[in-house]
Amino acid sequence: MTFSLSQEMEAVVDELIARYPTKMAACIPVLHLCQEQRGWVSPEVIDFVAGRLEMSSSQVKGVVTFYTMYHQHEVAPNVIWVCRTLSCDLRGAKTIQEHLERRLGCHVGGTSRDGKVTLLKAECLAACGNAPMVQLNDEFHEHLDVAKVDALLDELGVAPLPAELRLQPPAHEEEEE
Amino acid sequence: MASYDAILSNRFSIDEAWTLPVAERHGAYRVARKALTAMTPDQIKEEVKAANIRGRGGAGFPAGIKWGFLPKDAETTYLVINADEGEPGTFKDRQIMEKDPHRLVEGCIATMWAIGAHVTYIYVRCELVKSIRRLESAIAEARKKGYLGRRPFGKDYPLEIHVHPGAGAYICGEETALLNSLEGKRGEPRLKPPFPAIKGAFGQPTIVNNVETIASVPDILERGGKAWSDITLLPESFRDGGTRLYGISGHVKTPGVFEAPVGITLRELIYDFGGGMLHDDRPLKGVIPGGSSTPVLHPDHKVNAPKADDPMHPWHGKSHLDVPMGVDTMRSIGTMLGTCCAIVMDTSVNMAEAARNLMKFYHHESCGQCTPCREGSGWLVDVLDQIGKGSATRADVDLLVDISNNMMGNTICALADGTAMPMLAFIRKYPQDFYDAVESGMGENTRLDDAVRATLFAEAAE
Repeated sequence: MTFSLSQEMEAVVDELIARYPTKMAACIPVLHLCQEQRGWVSPEVIDFVAGRLEMSSSQVKGVVTFYTMYHQHEVAPNVIWVCRTLSCDLRGAKTIQEHLERRLGCHVGGTSRDGKVTLLKAECLAACGNAPMVQLNDEFHEHLDVAKVDALLDELGVAPLPAELRLQPPAHEEEEE
Repeated sequence: MASYDAILSNRFSIDEAWTLPVAERHGAYRVARKALTAMTPDQIKEEVKAANIRGRGGAGFPAGIKWGFLPKDAETTYLVINADEGEPGTFKDRQIMEKDPHRLVEGCIATMWAIGAHVTYIYVRCELVKSIRRLESAIAEARKKGYLGRRPFGKDYPLEIHVHPGAGAYICGEETALLNSLEGKRGEPRLKPPFPAIKGAFGQPTIVNNVETIASVPDILERGGKAWSDITLLPESFRDGGTRLYGISGHVKTPGVFEAPVGITLRELIYDFGGGMLHDDRPLKGVIPGGSSTPVLHPDHKVNAPKADDPMHPWHGKSHLDVPMGVDTMRSIGTMLGTCCAIVMDTSVNMAEAARNLMKFYHHESCGQCTPCREGSGWLVDVLDQIGKGSATRADVDLLVDISNNMMGNTICALADGTAMPMLAFIRKYPQDFYDAVESGMGENTRLDDAVRATLFAEAAE
């Protein structure tokens, strides 16, 4: 199955190529466009981009494998990137990730039971002052806590978790109460 | 608490300042018009040189001097803006791009005229979708208004700005990796020399500057280089001028981005701007002053500069927290100013675990070209994992030091140094955390989010 871009997207590609002195320079933005349409960067996408920008398929593949934002496998319609770098970790990113994993029923790198969400780990997303945070598709969601993550997943239609499976607050806090 | 003028950030709090009419009502493009119609490129360069602006991307190289490296007779020159903000702890450039993109566009216009460029590429990480959208709409507005395009401000000097998205690679913040990425290649750093000012984007002379550096250019031209430089709190001899954005994250009450003159102290940043430590009963354990590659500082460590002719002598005997934050002052106390965005850690943090978090980051982000970096960063993670499991010996802590020392200075770019320097500082300043971890492991109980964990469940508990 060969891949081709829609007519409007093709016009965007022409506009992108015109921005640079070489065709190859449009490689990264064109790959983004293709991923937007196809959902991931399939081998057919790589061949298409190579042909369109007069590159070899191996060159394009080299680019695709270098960068983390190109999906090299099919992903769910929604992707959640959870930031686990230091500033977010200091403010609770691990708890956020654990809660996401329970609720989605998958580990980081996997897709939820219902196939709605792929969960991925991100490196610093430049939102350190508003930690912890996740990126859901194009949007940043900042200052998170467990309830806010729940609200986010409810909106996506992810099934709620039975009470006994929910992540529990740390034990030492309960003792204080 | 001292209050400082908002100069660079004076439009941050204005509603919809990202649109051209609002930005222009509050002063945008006055300077660009003046620069293009009434100033020569040399005049602009002189003002920027007089402003003593040290590059805001992390290395702190004086921007005015960098511009001077361009060959005089270049046919094509490019301006490239480094907006690949990804240094852990750093989130200042995003504020400019989201809240006041026209300031960056205006800075690009004046800079292109000064350095003889007609095209700017703004390389933004693709994760910053909002920044990209705001910048693209700002550029479109400016083009429509005739501030970009064939005859900007009526002058026969075509100008164009393009936003180029990245695709998720920390290394592309390194200027030569960024250039490769801009050319559609893997983001692997190039050997220097030749430096980008001689042979950069598409083989042409190129100036690569950080977002904040170029966004400061309009203010520099408006006030005059000398006056802008004098905003700094540092003595003139440090040649580190102006005002800048400070970020603070981690265990403080009010994390965020704030503007202040160059040369406020970390104490001021943490306890005034940051609102103090998150929990009053958990004091400061360590602070990373300017992005994760800058070595951590211990609040109890003191400046040692007994000689009267030492530029650091005025702060002799004072805590590292009381040293004014400047490029050279921070270097003198064994760290770096970096991006000026501090990460604050309280006593709940196990520094071995914090180091492990960062080393995992660097291992993930190493581009893989150079063996010391590719293998070294992975080796550091492996040893730290062993320590975490409790299956290491004290000699493994020395091994961490040994690996780090063999990474430094042995690679094409500075990522290996940026990995090794913080690793060494963590061990040198908090050895006990590492030895304790050797004894008992770090395990599941060592969580970096201990200090805040209970609050994350606040609503659920009610």
